[in-house]
Amino acid sequence: MIALLIRDLRLAVRAGGGFGLGLAFFLLVAVIVPLGVGPEPAVLARIAPGILWVGALLACLLSLDRIFALDFEDGSLDLLATSPMPLEGVVAVKALAHWLVTGLPLVLAAPVLAVLLNLPGAGFLWLVASLALGTPALSVIGAFGAALTVGVKRGGLLMSLLVLPLYMPTLIFGAEVVKRGAAGMAVATPLALLAGITAGAVALLPFASAAAIRVNLR
Amino acid sequence: MEMWVKDLSVARAGIPVLEAVSFRLLPGQALVLRGPNGIGKTTLLRTLAGLQPALAGEVVVGAESVAYAAHADGVKAVLTVAENLAFWAAAYGTDAVAGALAAMNLEALADRRAANLSAGQKRRLGLARLLVTGRPIWVMDEPTISLDQASVMLFAGVVARHLAAGGSALIATHIDLGLEAEVLDLTPFKARAPQAGGRIGAFDEAFG
Repeated sequence: MIALLIRDLRLAVRAGGGFGLGLAFFLLVAVIVPLGVGPEPAVLARIAPGILWVGALLACLLSLDRIFALDFEDGSLDLLATSPMPLEGVVAVKALAHWLVTGLPLVLAAPVLAVLLNLPGAGFLWLVASLALGTPALSVIGAFGAALTVGVKRGGLLMSLLVLPLYMPTLIFGAEVVKRGAAGMAVATPLALLAGITAGAVALLPFASAAAIRVNLR
Repeated sequence: MEMWVKDLSVARAGIPVLEAVSFRLLPGQALVLRGPNGIGKTTLLRTLAGLQPALAGEVVVGAESVAYAAHADGVKAVLTVAENLAFWAAAYGTDAVAGALAAMNLEALADRRAANLSAGQKRRLGLARLLVTGRPIWVMDEPTISLDQASVMLFAGVVARHLAAGGSALIATHIDLGLEAEVLDLTPFKARAPQAGGRIGAFDEAFG
């Protein structure tokens, strides 16, 4: 299991692995939005939580189809499925690797980019907290979507259509945490719901993903 | 560790391709599967490897005893030869990387990225993976594709040593490996059409 995690991280950071793709996209969104919306600090402060969360979500979505598609194409997925590792574990580890490569850099970069969007000072802590709690769900749900569409030629669009609705609760509660945090209001309720979604997704979806892969490999 | 296949019927995409295949693979034995293209060799091997369910029949085989080598090698292009093997060794909980490199004549290439290997060298790396699994029953789908004559002989030697050590091998191939192996021609097991009394596929059962 550890070996698979190390392999996936190695594949991600080597040439063509897609590391930094999501981060670069997130950076572009945060830089471009103020140019498009205009420099009024009040407007930017109001839309910052939503823009940052939408940016993080789309950045995650961008690299999802790589989770299983590359292993499917070169035959590794067949071999992983016949290896002693349980497929549920393989899926969970690959989702974890996706989060370490895509989600974690977003969490770390978000406070820096929030400055560009004039997020009120009180919101920074909650931005990091909500992304740290919410992005694992994005990776696990995304792995489920990738598992459903593995083997489908040009399955990226289909996968986005499947995954985006499943992302909505995470987006709504995540952005709500930042919005309330920035306004100095209580954040406990949306934060608890966000954590609940992540915990549920991490606990249940690897089983669904593994079942989907087994069906797709037949 | 033996593999016992009883009256196995297999289907590809819901359409039956082979029916009533039976054989017994004992330790130290190799069995070569032959048959024209499309007869269902790959489908049979995938079923035996556990990647798809059988339509009917039974496969009796010890748990965790089959190592499967598919058409595709599952080689990661940006990893080196040694890294590729080390991953599979870790996945199967063995440490036979050095031995596998030596056996498949890959020692000189150990630190080269798999992307820079030739097709035959990549195939040798894919076959070396079987050695690091440490599993007794090798199920191989056209293992000699893109290998030159010398590499085929090298591979035949590796299989012979595996058999001598009590392992067994099930090989779908069109060429003669020079091994002492029984040959099973799959042509007589071709699934009959439903009109001729053959089994109806899962697809037809659901919608017919």
